[in-house]
Amino acid sequence: MMWALVLLPLFGAALTWLVPDNRRRAWVLPVVSLAHLAITATLIAEAPAASPGGWILLDALGKLVLAGNSILFTVCSLYAVGYLAYRLKRPNRVLCASLLVCLSATSLVAISHHLGLLWIALEATTLTMAPLIYFNHNARSIEATWKYLLICSVGIAIALLGLFFLAYSTIVAKQEVTLLLPTLIGNAAALHPGWRHAAFIFLLVGFGSKMGLAPLHTWKPDAYGEAPGLVGALLAGGLVNCALLALLRVYQIAVASTEGALFQQVLLVMGLVSMAFAAVFMARQSDFKRMLAYSSVEHVGIITVALGLGKGALFAGLLHMINNSLTKGVLFLSCGNIHRAYNSKSTQFVRGAIRRTPWSGALFMAAFLAITGSPPFAPFVSEFLIVSSAFGQGNHVTGALFLLFLALIFIGMASTVLPVVLGEVPKDLERTRYRDAFPTVFPPLILMGIVLVLGVWIPEPLRVLLHDAAALLGGEA
Amino acid sequence: MNSLADQLLVLCLLINFAVLGTSRLAFSVRSVAVQGVLLGVLPALVHPFSWHLAFIVVSIVLVKGALIPTLIIRAIKKAEIEREFSPFIGYIPSLVLGALFTSLAFIFAAKLPLAPEHEGLLVVPAAAATLMCGFLVLMGRRKAISQVLGYLLMENGIFLFGLLLADAMPVMVEAGALLDLLVGIFVMGIVINHISREFSSIDTSRLSALREE
Repeated sequence: MMWALVLLPLFGAALTWLVPDNRRRAWVLPVVSLAHLAITATLIAEAPAASPGGWILLDALGKLVLAGNSILFTVCSLYAVGYLAYRLKRPNRVLCASLLVCLSATSLVAISHHLGLLWIALEATTLTMAPLIYFNHNARSIEATWKYLLICSVGIAIALLGLFFLAYSTIVAKQEVTLLLPTLIGNAAALHPGWRHAAFIFLLVGFGSKMGLAPLHTWKPDAYGEAPGLVGALLAGGLVNCALLALLRVYQIAVASTEGALFQQVLLVMGLVSMAFAAVFMARQSDFKRMLAYSSVEHVGIITVALGLGKGALFAGLLHMINNSLTKGVLFLSCGNIHRAYNSKSTQFVRGAIRRTPWSGALFMAAFLAITGSPPFAPFVSEFLIVSSAFGQGNHVTGALFLLFLALIFIGMASTVLPVVLGEVPKDLERTRYRDAFPTVFPPLILMGIVLVLGVWIPEPLRVLLHDAAALLGGEA
Repeated sequence: MNSLADQLLVLCLLINFAVLGTSRLAFSVRSVAVQGVLLGVLPALVHPFSWHLAFIVVSIVLVKGALIPTLIIRAIKKAEIEREFSPFIGYIPSLVLGALFTSLAFIFAAKLPLAPEHEGLLVVPAAAATLMCGFLVLMGRRKAISQVLGYLLMENGIFLFGLLLADAMPVMVEAGALLDLLVGIFVMGIVINHISREFSSIDTSRLSALREE
């Protein structure tokens, strides 16, 4: 059953490769992803025991990431059918196949309990994203793809070195040599401190560059800006969570060792630095897709701050991980629609989206309010919990800086989003073929609905899952 | 560890300098490939025979010695370039820096808290030196292909360190990592091809349209 999560999308990818017709091929995506969602739901309701050898196990953290990715991917694949219908001239065979291979790799990240396997899956997600970012086949997108490929490959290679150091620390400490997560957590305190320390630093740099933590985020604005909206949604909502899960696995080991406090301190600083970077670069962005990349840097920072705070903030941080990924989905999909409608993503030309594309404009606006932490949307709840936890722990500096950055980011983002949505449509602007229609509006609308519901009511199973996951990270169960 | 293995490691270190000091891309590709083959053979000299080991040795030699160089040479042919012109860091400075990094790697490795059975081996300094030289090539060159070569050198350095862990790494993980590397180079080759078509050059300093004002 667990293997179906990985094999089904691969089978789907092979199928998309065989379908000769551009229009029909897109339909494979929602079929496979709906089946994937169904399998995910059954596995979360009743997780099977660990595989022999313990390599494959679905724990609470894995469940959270898997569920988030599966929902986001299903919505994106429904959207893809409508989106690709507008772009029938461009061959989409590589796009469809890569999307499904990516789904397979992200599922493998969620279920692997062996750090070597986790690394392989994470590297595979990096590689499958490259053809997706390059979908538009122009000079700008190739530049973005090259930067993304090189920075992420080097980053993930550094993470591999970190894993080697971790394994070596078991040799020096004369422990059983392994990269199995439960064993490492069990022996964490006994590992050789020097090598373990080096391992944590390398892993943080490696996975941090894949997550886009400042100052390792330089590939993000380019890749998010040039990729199609649908790919941006998966990068910002799906891949970020995979890299984050890898970091959480390291966090589990760090907390179990004697170095937990130091590791948390580093995370706290990196998180705040990311928020600061985002606050500075968010202002005066003339490209609204690039702006979303900085918003992603900000929210990765917020989650990292929550991890740094630990204790009660862990629950909030994990909730924010889900909220961010769903809201980013709405932002990228609606902004992809606006991009189609204006054939531009510069704020110089794109104004008054609410008139030209009423649904996408309204969704973009609502998602902007949600992501900046306005009630009654879900990110408000998680951000509020993180701030109150910071002040509750007596960490006033963190709390104050957190609020300051949120305010700056709200202003910076509003100065871009408000004219785009509410401004005057430039007079001499040609109309494009794109009109808001059911296939491209309904998918982000579903996500927006979930974001709204989670803001006022967290279902009991999700609450239990979040508490279990926080307990795995050493939080209060 | 026997003396033959040590000699191979010294050869690996020399190859770093060959790559640092040349502008001819095809020569660099072959040097890196030879280094990859040496790395593939090393485990066979250090560890006793097992099927697991044989599989790893054969696949590394095949991937690093044959498949990856073929992919890169093909990209070079398609892009119709032979040399790296005016790198960010010149060849002489690169060599000097490379020598500096290599000596630092030896000093650094002597201070590391290694396991008793690994003390005094050349593996750790060679790994650190190769990693640093890889970084140097990655940062110092303009052409996309040179950057890929830098990445490969880095990867070789990391792999050298992995030699110490050969018993710890399950065969599936090694094979998976190797497959990821191969696919990575394959994708990079395609991207390079498109860069050269789009910009009629694979000079990455031309990739500057997305710079933040």
